[in-house]
Amino acid sequence: MEVELSKDEQIEKLLEDLKSSNVKKDDWEFHDADKSVYSTGIGLNRKVVEEISEIKKEPDWMRRFRLNALEIFMKKPVPTWGPDLSGIDWDNTHYYTRPDEVKARNWEDVPDDIKNTFQKLGVPEMEQKYLAGSVAQYDSEGVYHNLKKVWEDKGVVFMDLDSALKQHPDLVKNYFCKAVPASDNKFAALNAAVWSGGSFLYVPKGVQIDMPLQTYFRMNGEATGQFEHTIVVADEGSKVHYIEGCTAPRYDTDSLHSAIVEIYVQKNAQARYTSVQNWSKSVYNMPTKRAWVEENGQMEWVGGSLGSKVTMLYPSSYLRGPYASTHNLNISLAGPGTVKDTGAKAIHLAPHTSSIIVAKSISIEDGKAIYRGLLRMNKGAINSKSHVQCDALLINDESTSFTYPHDEIYEPTATFGHEATVGRIGTEELTYLRSRGLSEEEASSMIVLGFMDDVMKEIPMEFAVEMNRLVKLEMSKMGAVG
Amino acid sequence: MYKVVVSESMSELIIKDLRASVADKEILKGVNLTVKGGEIHALMGPNGAGKSTLGNVLMGHPNYTITGGSIKLDGKELANRTPEERARAGLFLAFQNPVSVTGVKLSSFLRTAYKQLHPEEKIPLSEFQGRIKDHLKKVGLDEEFLSRSVNDGFSGGERKRVEILQMVILRPKIVILDEIDSGLDVDALKLVAEEIRDYYSQEVGFLIITHYQRILKNIDPEFVHILMNGKITMNGDKSLALKIEDEGYDWIRSE
Repeated sequence: MEVELSKDEQIEKLLEDLKSSNVKKDDWEFHDADKSVYSTGIGLNRKVVEEISEIKKEPDWMRRFRLNALEIFMKKPVPTWGPDLSGIDWDNTHYYTRPDEVKARNWEDVPDDIKNTFQKLGVPEMEQKYLAGSVAQYDSEGVYHNLKKVWEDKGVVFMDLDSALKQHPDLVKNYFCKAVPASDNKFAALNAAVWSGGSFLYVPKGVQIDMPLQTYFRMNGEATGQFEHTIVVADEGSKVHYIEGCTAPRYDTDSLHSAIVEIYVQKNAQARYTSVQNWSKSVYNMPTKRAWVEENGQMEWVGGSLGSKVTMLYPSSYLRGPYASTHNLNISLAGPGTVKDTGAKAIHLAPHTSSIIVAKSISIEDGKAIYRGLLRMNKGAINSKSHVQCDALLINDESTSFTYPHDEIYEPTATFGHEATVGRIGTEELTYLRSRGLSEEEASSMIVLGFMDDVMKEIPMEFAVEMNRLVKLEMSKMGAVG
Repeated sequence: MYKVVVSESMSELIIKDLRASVADKEILKGVNLTVKGGEIHALMGPNGAGKSTLGNVLMGHPNYTITGGSIKLDGKELANRTPEERARAGLFLAFQNPVSVTGVKLSSFLRTAYKQLHPEEKIPLSEFQGRIKDHLKKVGLDEEFLSRSVNDGFSGGERKRVEILQMVILRPKIVILDEIDSGLDVDALKLVAEEIRDYYSQEVGFLIITHYQRILKNIDPEFVHILMNGKITMNGDKSLALKIEDEGYDWIRSE
């Protein structure tokens, strides 16, 4: 009799397999030799922006758009209301780094060294097994994209944004920086000025894709910036699940990741966006992610924030049509020496809209997890509902967690609720598990993983394994939990 | 057909002059008790006598400090050992109020525990899950408990049944049952008692901590001990439990 394995048993099994295999997968922080063939050098000015646009042979409107965004970027101050960003070395960052020029549709055509990197990360294998399509980006440029023919035939477009701008210029122009204008914040302006790569996914009316589509972002260079720009359009009545995974090697000098993600959920459409970042601890991760949700549309954000030095991320849903809804589920792991300033925004602009936000965080050693959220219900958003739940788990005495919810309610018929809990690994739970033979380390890992369980269920297997491995690693480093 | 009982594998828990305190208040004031494989002991006593404290102290709960005496299982001193070391030595406590552990599936928890307690055994996952399912049925619980979080959202009675399930699956040598009958209705109590009787053998010793003698109607104890004010003040057989049922504890206090 074969027993169907639950997801955590599959994860357990995968971890055992990893242990017993000869491949030493100690972490994702390995790096390849620098094989960029072109870089704009360090620092940012008009010339750099012109150069990027020139290399990409872009339409003139994009070049002008970039230059305008650069001015906004230069004018806007670095935000000081959140984590310390003084470590970002603006003048010594490479804003554009291009690997071998290649836009492959087949892994065979991807240069060996880059292909090997993605193979080590398990990307081609995942694509074959679980995905309807995938895009792979290496430093500033997409190097590979593929979409199963059945979806291509139905009119689905999935490729890196640069290719899309060439092949579907009007479609791109229609959505580019509409939900996230360059003026939104300093990092959005930076992205708008120097963006390169990212994905463009368009799902036509009524097309429901049952397998997820994935983009994998890999930063290899030292002191580089990755500024991908992703646009997902779920046209009326369509359904799509888009996944992003991000990793980078660790360097002594810091890198900057500042993405824009724009999602357009049209009438009666459903979009799910899952992202798991495991940037190394030398990356400032400052993306701006936003969805516009039209009538009866459903948006789901699922996020796992594992790595990076500092992350500031607040995926937002603008509920623009009646009965639009958003569900935001996020887990942040603030490891030693890192800051996770994460949260969500729900802007209710129409009647009968609803939002659910579940934010979980784990702080290890001096890791600092912050929930920062905005809930706005405009006048006229009648009978709209919202529920926000924040749960924080502190592992050590010096671990910290802060919650800053911000509510602006202008509609008297709207209802909303907040729940927040802060906990430590309880002596009773720990003792209970230990009394069944589990070591203190095993018991704490189990409790932490249990705390994350509702997110683990929602994220792709390889990231769940990685999350599992990371928690166990952190727990084993600590020895005794205090 | 007859069975040869190998006495070498027989277990023996020897508690000697055990003293323990919580927050500097002495609760156990010199407890002496020996539980051998094949024996069923009942520990009774009025509220606040220190019965549950004894269970927790034996298991190594960090909130209690052992201030004197010894706990030996098969010759191995456990008083200075961690809870997991005691479990690995063969000790099991069915908690009076088992806590819930959110997000930890009963099946993966039991499998992890089993690997620790019986590292030499390699049981295929499907067989192991089959065992759990069998015993879930025996204690009157649905198969779906396998994939539920440990005690999360369980009723008091369900928690007690799961404690017994864990005992059977993990196969300890010395079992301490702390108020196992509380929260169980008559039918559930019957099922639980049957599981306990099934598990009972010459290799396993039981210490049943109970306030009333309800459970003792289903399981016959050979020895009955009365704990009062942190000490065992009286030893007897089943008739002692019956007398307490009729007369309470006052007559012992006055002796």
